[in-house]
Amino acid sequence: MEKHEAAFNALIEQDLKIEPHDWMPDEYRKHLVRQVSQHAHSEVIGMQPEGNWLLRAPSLRSKQVLLAKIQDEGGHGLYLYSVAETLNVSREELITQLHEGKARYSSVFNYPTLNWADIGAIGWLVDGAAIVNQVSLQKTSYGPYSRAMVRICMEESFHQRQGFEIMIHMARGTKEQREMAQDAVNRFWFPALMMFGPHDTDSAHTGNAMKWKIKRESNDYLRQKFIDKTVPQVEFLGLTVPDPNCRLNETTGSYEHSPLDWNEFHDVINGYGPCNTDRLDHHRNVQQENRWVREAAAAYAQKTETVNSSL
Amino acid sequence: METGDNIWEVFIQKKPGIAFKHAGSVHGYDKKMAVQNARDAYCRRGEGRELWVVPSASIVSVPMEDADAYFDPQEDKIYRHPTFYQIPAEVKNI
Ligand SMILES: [Fe+2]
Ligand SMILES: [Fe+2]
Repeated sequence: MEKHEAAFNALIEQDLKIEPHDWMPDEYRKHLVRQVSQHAHSEVIGMQPEGNWLLRAPSLRSKQVLLAKIQDEGGHGLYLYSVAETLNVSREELITQLHEGKARYSSVFNYPTLNWADIGAIGWLVDGAAIVNQVSLQKTSYGPYSRAMVRICMEESFHQRQGFEIMIHMARGTKEQREMAQDAVNRFWFPALMMFGPHDTDSAHTGNAMKWKIKRESNDYLRQKFIDKTVPQVEFLGLTVPDPNCRLNETTGSYEHSPLDWNEFHDVINGYGPCNTDRLDHHRNVQQENRWVREAAAAYAQKTETVNSSL
Repeated sequence: METGDNIWEVFIQKKPGIAFKHAGSVHGYDKKMAVQNARDAYCRRGEGRELWVVPSASIVSVPMEDADAYFDPQEDKIYRHPTFYQIPAEVKNI
C-alpha cells in the first residue's frame, strides 16, 4: 500500500487528477461520494421550485427559457450521478438514500417560489452562488468530478443571465412588480449565502477535503467572493439586500455582512424547512408512478435488443 | 441497479476529420434509448455531428496493478525515434 499511497500523494502534490482506477484513501473516496451525492441531489431537487412556474411563465419566450434551464439542471444531475458511478456507487443507491432521508441536498431548495420574481432570483442568486462554487471545483483533484464541473460551468453561463434579465424586467416594471422583485431578494439572499456551507471554523469536513484538493477554496472565501460580485448587481437593480449591516469596507474592498442565522440553516437542512416534505414526496411519487415505464422498457429491450450496432 | 437499466459511455465527434472523444455516460435500457439520452444530455449546443454509445461493461482496461509494465516508456528502444539515425547534413527534406 505504501507505494500506492505515495503515488496518490504525488498526483495530488503535482496538481494532477486522480482517476477512477487509481488507488485512493478510503476517506478520500467517502468524502467524494458524500459531496457528489449532495451535489447531484441538489441539481435534481432544484428543478422542483422552478418547475412550479413552468405552466405560469408570463410569456412563451420565458417559458422556453425556463424549460431549457430546467432541462440543463436534469443533465447536471446525470453528470454528477455518473461521477458517483465511477466510484462504484450506483444512482439507484444514491436515490434510495435520498428517499430514506439519509442523503442531503442544498437547503435553499426547501424554500417555496411564491412569485415570478423568485424565478429571476433563483437564476441570478442561487445559480450565481452555485457557479462561484462550481468554477472553483473545476480544479478538484478527482478527474471525473472535475470534467463534470467544466461541462456544468459551460452550461451554467446562461442560467444566471436569464435570471438577472427577469430581475431587470421586474425591477423596472410596475410598483407591484418592483415589490415582488424586492420580496424575492429578501427571501433568497440569506439562503443563497448559506449555500456555501458553514463557516470555515465550524466546517466538519473541510480539513481533509482541502488537503486532498477535493475542495480548492474555503466556504467563507467563496461566500465573500459571491457577495462582492453580487451586491453591486443588487444596487444596479435599485433593490437592497435584506441586511442593514451590508456595507463596503473601504480598507478591504469587500462587503461586510450580518452574522448568518445558522439555526435556521440547520432546521431547514434537518427537514423543517417550508418545503422539505413536498420535495421528497414529489420525488418519491414520480419514481413510483414511473415504475411501469421502466418495467416496459426493460421488457421491450429484452425482446428486441440485438448485438449488432445499427439501431 | 434496476433490471435492464444499463450504463453506456458516450463518444462524440465534433467535426468530420476529428477523433471521437469521450463525453461522459448515460443510462438506457436499450441502444436506441441510450443514443437518444446521449443526444439529449450531451448534444444540445452543437457539441457534435455524430455520436457513439458503448455499453460500459464492454470497455476493457488494463488493471492499475499492471500499468507500470504496460506503459513502460521503453527508453532503451531509442531506434524508434527519428533522431537515432544519422543523415549527412547535405541531404535535405528528410
Ligand atoms: Fe446546475
Ligand atoms: Fe443552473
